[in-house]
Amino acid sequence: MTTTAEHTYRRRGLNPLHGVLLAGTFVLFLGATLSDYAYLSSYEIQWATFASWLIAGALVCNGLAFACGVIGLFGAFDRRRAFIHVALLLVSFVLGFINALMHAMDAWAMMPTGLILSIILTVLALVATWIGFSNTGVKVKKQ
Amino acid sequence: MNFSRRYLTTPLAIALMAGSAGATAAQQLYGPNPDLPEPQRGLLPDMEVLEPAEWGDRQPTVPDGYSITAIATDLKIPRQTLVLPNGDILVAEGSGGNAPKLKPKDFIAGIIKAKGKSSVEGGDRLTLLRDANGDGTYEEQTVFADNLNAPYGLALIDNALYVANQDALVRFDYEEGQTRASGPPEVVTQLPAEINHHWTKAMTASPDGQYLYVGIGSNSNITERGMEAEVNRAEVWEINADTGAHRPYATGLRNPTALTFQPDTDTLWAVVNERDELGPDLVPDYLTSVQEGGFYGWPYSYWGQHVDPRVKPENPELVESAIAPDYSLGSHVAPLGIAFSTPQVGGEYAEGVFVGEHGSWNRKDPVGYKVSFVRFENGHPTGDPVDFVSGFLTDDGRALGRPVGVTVAPDGAVIIADDLTNAVWRVTRDDAGTPQDTAADDAPSAADNAPAPAADAATDDAARPESEPATPENDAGTPDTQPTASESQTTTET
Repeated sequence: MTTTAEHTYRRRGLNPLHGVLLAGTFVLFLGATLSDYAYLSSYEIQWATFASWLIAGALVCNGLAFACGVIGLFGAFDRRRAFIHVALLLVSFVLGFINALMHAMDAWAMMPTGLILSIILTVLALVATWIGFSNTGVKVKKQ
Repeated sequence: MNFSRRYLTTPLAIALMAGSAGATAAQQLYGPNPDLPEPQRGLLPDMEVLEPAEWGDRQPTVPDGYSITAIATDLKIPRQTLVLPNGDILVAEGSGGNAPKLKPKDFIAGIIKAKGKSSVEGGDRLTLLRDANGDGTYEEQTVFADNLNAPYGLALIDNALYVANQDALVRFDYEEGQTRASGPPEVVTQLPAEINHHWTKAMTASPDGQYLYVGIGSNSNITERGMEAEVNRAEVWEINADTGAHRPYATGLRNPTALTFQPDTDTLWAVVNERDELGPDLVPDYLTSVQEGGFYGWPYSYWGQHVDPRVKPENPELVESAIAPDYSLGSHVAPLGIAFSTPQVGGEYAEGVFVGEHGSWNRKDPVGYKVSFVRFENGHPTGDPVDFVSGFLTDDGRALGRPVGVTVAPDGAVIIADDLTNAVWRVTRDDAGTPQDTAADDAPSAADNAPAPAADAATDDAARPESEPATPENDAGTPDTQPTASESQTTTET
């Protein structure tokens, strides 16, 4: 009842929702890459259809993760890294949208650009996720 | 990243630029040797769906010396018509297809395309139009048969009326003068109906009345639903009218939307809708005679040996055998109707074919939206198509109507189904009722009206459909006799 130390508690780690969305972005882009590769090697059109939907799903996760990232900028441990995180998500969203349009082309018309974009997007999403999860230090107010 | 830069930047740059490229001025769009530019496709496909507009007091435009009237309105998506021996007109109404939406794009494209279509639901029926007193007003409009499944192709052989539904070929008994089918139809044969991306089953009967020819469109634009979906697709079937036994008559025709026989020959003709998403000036839709056993390219190639890079695996051997069509109608005009002219139509339209062009959606500047006339000389198409009926577009780029099936009645009237106006138009020659005793002049005349009809068919009753010389045997009441060689016993148009 006397004096208490001045503590600011901050959760360690990403907001779980942000984490789920980042993971979704990466996994769905990875799935699109694998599907594209399956189409490339089998000419089985269903894989291209799968890739289309996986990219659509990735874009939803990517867009929401971007929103989380922007909100997270305010309380970021390392603001510079947070900016990179958000910028990467923005780039992957734009590129992902282009990839969705590529995949809307009929049959083989999406090849090889569609596969190459999917690979790049998978890497971008991985890096963005990595930075997002590793930017989770705690600010400690020193007394 | 070297790899990616090499492959990524070029296609992307091309793709991004491509959307703005347009047709060059001196391009040859029509005829046997159209210019075929390099395939191009922007990141976003060109979609220019025209919104519908009301006619008000406007009318479609016809050549001088001809008049057009709507002989039936408030129909439910009229597609094809058939003129019966007594002058009655049957109209097939309906809208088919049950292709599932496959990709995210299909949802978006569906919403956009719906804007350009009539909101009326397809009637799935046949409507009969009758002008009992021959005054050109079709005062009677009754339902001949209903509960059909997106009927499209129509043909009459003797006392059997054949209707190509989107899933089956069916047969009604028909007696001249009948206004209502006497019962439900009998199935002659099932037709390929899975998915039915292109659902219209165009049909015509052979001159001897033994066979029916049915067009079965592909199940995709360019194999994007997989090759399995294309079994028995993009073909014209020859079907025995009695037994229903069938075989592919010609293959590789992407979407043969209307079929007919050239008068006085055994040559089958078709108009075919070619593939999309290769640019505004690819691939030309075409008019062609259909050779038995012929392969016309789809999906592997277009216009002969032009390989479509979107189709994998390739099939070079089949491409080698691909036949180039006879006559380009222009890309994306969407021909859905075909009818050979007769001397009774008169003027410079006496010899050739009328083509109903539904109009483009996959192109910035709209094309089609009219009934074209392709002149024939010595049995072959010649010259550029000319407008026969136009004026289906407003100045502000909306669509008033969209022509589909075209039929030339024995009296020389041109019957046009319009599935946006939901009407049937009838184009007649102003002086058709005037007896002409001058000799026939088949040669195309510079005058845009009034050359006499050809002598062998010159009758003075051109305006009276009920006394029709071209179909003598239809009242014989002999439904199941062996068809004879007489070509006049078959009345058929798609």
